[in-house]
Amino acid sequence: MPTYLLLIPFLPLFSFVFTFLLGKRMGVHSHWVPIATVLASFVSAIYAFFQVKNGHGVNADLYTWITSGEMKFTVGFLLDELTSVMLIVVTSISSLVHVYSVGYMKGEDGYYRFFSFLSLFTFSMLMLVLGNNFLQLFFGWEAVGLSSYLLIGFYYEKVSAADAGKKAFIVNRFGDFGFILGLFLIYATFGTLHYEPIFAQVSQIANQTFTILGMTFNLPTAIALLLFCGAIGKSAQLPLHVWLPDAMEGPTPVSALIHAATMVTAGVFLVARCNPIFELSMTALNVVTIIGSITCLFSATIALTQTDIKRVVAYSTVSQLAYMFIACGVGAYSAGVFHLFTHAYFKALLFLGCGSIILGMHHEQDVKYMGGLKKYMPITYWTFLLASLSISGVPGLAGFFSKDEILAMAYVSPVGAGKFAWFIGTLVAGITAFYSFRLFFLIFHGEFRGTQHQKEHLHESPKVVTIPLICLAIGAVAAGWFGIPAVLGGGAHWGHFLEPVVGHPHVHPSHATEYILMAISVGAGAFGIFLAWLFYLKFPTIPQTIRESFPKLYTLSLNKYFVDEIYGATIIKPFLSMSNNIILKFFDLGIIENIVNGIPKFIGYVSGSIRKVQDGLVSHYLAYMGSGVVVIIIWMYVRA
Amino acid sequence: MTFPILSLLIFFPVLGGILLLGIGKENVKGVKIMALVISLLEFVISLPLWFFFDKTTHHMQFVERHSWIKLFNIEYYLGIDGISVLFVLLSALVTILCVLVSWNSIEIKVKEFFVSLLLLEGAMIGVFCALDFFLFYIFWEAMLIPMFLLIGVWGGPNRIYATTKFFLYTLVGSLLMLVGIITLYMQGGNTFDILALAEQNYPVKLQLILFWAFFAAFAVKVPMWPVHTWLPDAHTEAPAAGSVVLAAILIKMGAYGFLRFSMPILPEATSAMMIPMLVLSLIGIVYGGLICLAQSDLKRLIAYSSVSHMGFVTLGIFALNTQSVEGGILQMINHGVVTGALFLGIGMVYERTHTRKISDYGGLATNMPIFASFFLLFTLASVGLPGTNGFIGELLILLGSFLTRPWVALIAASGLIIGAWYMLWLYQRIFFNPVNARWNGIRELGLREIITFLPMVILIFWIGLYPNSMLDYMHVSVAHLLDQVTGNPAGVTSGVQLGVDAAANVVPHLPQVSH
Repeated sequence: MPTYLLLIPFLPLFSFVFTFLLGKRMGVHSHWVPIATVLASFVSAIYAFFQVKNGHGVNADLYTWITSGEMKFTVGFLLDELTSVMLIVVTSISSLVHVYSVGYMKGEDGYYRFFSFLSLFTFSMLMLVLGNNFLQLFFGWEAVGLSSYLLIGFYYEKVSAADAGKKAFIVNRFGDFGFILGLFLIYATFGTLHYEPIFAQVSQIANQTFTILGMTFNLPTAIALLLFCGAIGKSAQLPLHVWLPDAMEGPTPVSALIHAATMVTAGVFLVARCNPIFELSMTALNVVTIIGSITCLFSATIALTQTDIKRVVAYSTVSQLAYMFIACGVGAYSAGVFHLFTHAYFKALLFLGCGSIILGMHHEQDVKYMGGLKKYMPITYWTFLLASLSISGVPGLAGFFSKDEILAMAYVSPVGAGKFAWFIGTLVAGITAFYSFRLFFLIFHGEFRGTQHQKEHLHESPKVVTIPLICLAIGAVAAGWFGIPAVLGGGAHWGHFLEPVVGHPHVHPSHATEYILMAISVGAGAFGIFLAWLFYLKFPTIPQTIRESFPKLYTLSLNKYFVDEIYGATIIKPFLSMSNNIILKFFDLGIIENIVNGIPKFIGYVSGSIRKVQDGLVSHYLAYMGSGVVVIIIWMYVRA
Repeated sequence: MTFPILSLLIFFPVLGGILLLGIGKENVKGVKIMALVISLLEFVISLPLWFFFDKTTHHMQFVERHSWIKLFNIEYYLGIDGISVLFVLLSALVTILCVLVSWNSIEIKVKEFFVSLLLLEGAMIGVFCALDFFLFYIFWEAMLIPMFLLIGVWGGPNRIYATTKFFLYTLVGSLLMLVGIITLYMQGGNTFDILALAEQNYPVKLQLILFWAFFAAFAVKVPMWPVHTWLPDAHTEAPAAGSVVLAAILIKMGAYGFLRFSMPILPEATSAMMIPMLVLSLIGIVYGGLICLAQSDLKRLIAYSSVSHMGFVTLGIFALNTQSVEGGILQMINHGVVTGALFLGIGMVYERTHTRKISDYGGLATNMPIFASFFLLFTLASVGLPGTNGFIGELLILLGSFLTRPWVALIAASGLIIGAWYMLWLYQRIFFNPVNARWNGIRELGLREIITFLPMVILIFWIGLYPNSMLDYMHVSVAHLLDQVTGNPAGVTSGVQLGVDAAANVVPHLPQVSH
């Protein structure tokens, strides 16, 4: 095992332990160790990338974790093309977020705690992507969940923050329920959880079936869909998306790092990593595509009406993750990972931009009280603009290349739901551009709508905040240039690089098709931006008119289709009520306890009754004896 | 003759307890220090078991065998194997922590308290070491008395009800077991030697009767659903040390009983009763978990969570394959560590607040950050987060039962969701949410309390990251046990073939479930 590879995850682990235990004493200097270690990890990750590029991948076990009978699980690292890309995404964004947090979290209680948790997260995420087996993936999977729980609930004295952290953890457990069963099924089939032997032999399970309780299932479909359950939870896809918007209770740097750029993409990583399994099941691919498409549209329509800037970006994240799943579903894994890569930069930038605005606005997050911030926050303004253009798919920027590749692949894919996904994806491209620029115009243009006090204190954020913004802006512009398609004169380097892991897409579109599709999606994006300009700058009364014309639709979107309420009424409340009324009161305290306490009572009652016979009166005893004798005589007589 | 280390382990704390009686009543400090020294020495004496245990054999080790009551062939017969060795060590460790956590919280009859604790320790270790059924029964019943006192004398307001309930519940079960033991003695060639009894064949009908007679004793102790209702009362009323010992060691006796007696002596009955046992375990897991959602009392909640967690243990034991049984045994230790630690923590906080009502708390993380960190770790271990010991046990149990009966694992895995729900909710209501002004100025943990927690923290990570150091002790013994029960050292795998054979027709060899 090469040392540089060990350093990548274990430096942040060291930083976590160190900062958690000693950070309090270091006070305002507690960020130094986390920043230094994450930067070192970043450098190592770049080195690792070039190692892979030069053909020096790694697949080695570190030590044996659990042995029981035939079963042996190890901790080990796999460094291949997919991992090396993920390492760069995680360490680069994490480094920038670390630096940014120095400014953003300044003076907060628990400053050291924040940085130690950031390190813990970085470690966990790196373990997740570096593992060479499913169990270590699961370790990282749960550990990032823990970090997320801790960071969402960072302001734990706020009930909403504590609730949100808990909700994230529990909703994810629903996904993990399927995930772990998927692991068991894999183990039962292959006798190992190591990627390499599994993927090498995976073709043998094609079309195999198995039976549980008389029901027959297709093996690859079952494995793929169980794993996908985990992905749905972690990547906040329908129907387990409900935790992500609430996760915005966490400090904004956390939203950028964990809930936009890295952790939530773990589901996409999982599907891409397991592509040999998904490839065996058309059903699974269709399910992934359809879930992705529905989530994509669903969350984009919610983003249209939200006024909390972080929630808009959160729903946008759900929608963009859905694009990545569409890509995986139609078999274009490298396009999915490409979008993961570009999205990490422009979405982290949007979130950190929001954070900068929130700093400038003194912790106001509602867009209703913003407006005209352009002249007060120029750097935030320009970087935010670049990110918005990028997510809207403006040609030349990062989001354009990755999104267009997904749409093109969906269109030509042999997967049944491909065309449907293309249609939704293109539609949502327009909606995305619209809500992104709605947000942008409402924040930065027009008149300031906040209080006079807020207005007087409006200011650009300090350099420690704006420099990370600028770095990310470079990514939001240029990250796509790694994968310029051949049709635009590029070398499609991205796809070629990842090919050893994720294989070749099923079908390639012809150049003519690609041009047309590109034109349509760019047109959709441009139209979205135009409409946003029309609605929010040119004729600002239009949104009001629309709201009043379609009050039901508006309410539906504003209240996120009432999914939280539905879950509350159909799952949480019935369960709590069942626990309390049926299980505890009726069964445990009612039936079982009454039986348990009833037996001694009954014995007491019987002995109490019998005791009365012994009343000490000789006449009574004589009577008993006499009747006894009579009974015996009669009995003997009858027998004889 | 080898050094009688097991006898020493059993009788050293008993002698220590008697010595303690000699100290003056007013010398409270002396009593405490003496008790601590005895428990520490006991732990030191137990350490050779860890180092000199031979992991390559299933034969009993450190054996002591003397004839005792010749008329009935009753022997003084001690020995340990890979199944019991870790529990002896855990008992010795936990007793130290119990002494530490009782340092200030016990205010009346201090001397008598520590005497009871030490006598209990001796009896507990005796249970794990006894290889003569009669001797076992004596230790088994001997445990009841000090525990009865711990709850009845130093317990909460409703202690008399709780301790009587505890006593009667277990006594009824034990008496049925006694009948079973005597039957076995008469059928098995007039011997109480457990190993000899296990080597004989008994008619299946008799096995089934004996199985349920033993079940009465062991299931109550575990406790399995539906004979669990003594546990919440006992836990709630017991003093901190009582709860810790109860959670960490006493309720493990039931599962140990299944492993040591029911399974090897009654193999056919065990196999035949596999499904009913799995179903009872599943009910325990789900029922115990759901009921936690309805609890408003801190200790009751953790007590019911024990019902759920012990459901996992019995599930593993009765899924009858290597992974599940080893997972079950490991989970017994894990549960002892984690739930023991949770009760230690509750004891510490109760000492400060004198309330067990969850709604009385809130925002404690602000006032007691160190305590909150420890408690968070225990919470996470309890919900089985990877990296902690709880994960290893649950993983092995679930995986093992999946290989035996996939639907069992499917239902049991729902316990992971419910577990996270009630534990994180509990954590939130105590440590998060707005600070309850009532606890402003509450004392943070002192050094003694931090030291009390440390062994548990170390064990949580140790087992979580390197479980093989524990599992290595079990492998051979578990294989032998499974061989006795199922005739196959790997246990019931229902023909699960591991490995995809290039030539073979690769049906995943999942078991077809028989009805």
